[in-house]
Amino acid sequence: MEAASSSPAVVTFPTDTQILITRDFDAPRHLIFRAWTTPDLIKRWWGGERGSVTVAEVDLRVGGTWRYVMTANAGFEVAFHGEYREIVPNERIVATDVFEGVPDKEALTTLTLADMGARTTMHLHVLHASQEDRDAHIASGMEDGMQEAMRALEQVAIALL
Amino acid sequence: MARSATTADAFNAVAEGRRRQILDALVDGERPVNDLVTRLGIAQPLVSKHLRVLREVGLVDVRDHGRQRLYQLNARPLKPIHDWVKGYERSWSERFDLLDAVLLELKEEENGDGSGE
Repeated sequence: MEAASSSPAVVTFPTDTQILITRDFDAPRHLIFRAWTTPDLIKRWWGGERGSVTVAEVDLRVGGTWRYVMTANAGFEVAFHGEYREIVPNERIVATDVFEGVPDKEALTTLTLADMGARTTMHLHVLHASQEDRDAHIASGMEDGMQEAMRALEQVAIALL
Repeated sequence: MARSATTADAFNAVAEGRRRQILDALVDGERPVNDLVTRLGIAQPLVSKHLRVLREVGLVDVRDHGRQRLYQLNARPLKPIHDWVKGYERSWSERFDLLDAVLLELKEEENGDGSGE
């Protein structure tokens, strides 16, 4: 049988310091929890199309730490780490999240998996300390050169709409 | 993204909650300033100050209509913001598409023979 076509991730901004990413999955939530917390599985998806994950360390207990390292396609390496604050198996993970390029900025992420039977609705909530930190986070999720392109686009009073 | 200290671009203009409320109020069509004062429940000088910022970045246009000045929304300067967010959304979508493939495998493992439901 053909796999269901993927649903898009929806990004919203509940407040000036928050990001909320919502996505439905065609799988029960215990499998998403496993894929989210098992190093060998994390390596297969977490890098997306932007690079390959070379390190995925997970010490899944409250107070335990996680650390991911990705080699981006452009050649440079980026690393993230944090500490688990709350773990409810198959339901919820609260953890801190630090991009090691900006080590003094810490976000708090909450993963929530809502049981929809054979399907699951995932909410990934990211709370930053300031709007500036949040906006920098969003900008970091973009392809290389995209920011410059946006600046340019802004300059030329966009006739594309 | 580096943020300039002034309100010189749309990113800064919409960072302020009241200004987003004004844009929301103008989505249905043009309105005089008094209308916005009533809707937002704040003093006219404050509404006028926000309108000035929105006009400076091109998000709001104004035209004279008899004795009234009517303000209207121009959404074009929002496009870079929209695109900027879309870029972020896309990088997550790409991750989740890969996660879908992992999940499909895990499901097949659980079902034992891989025949699915």
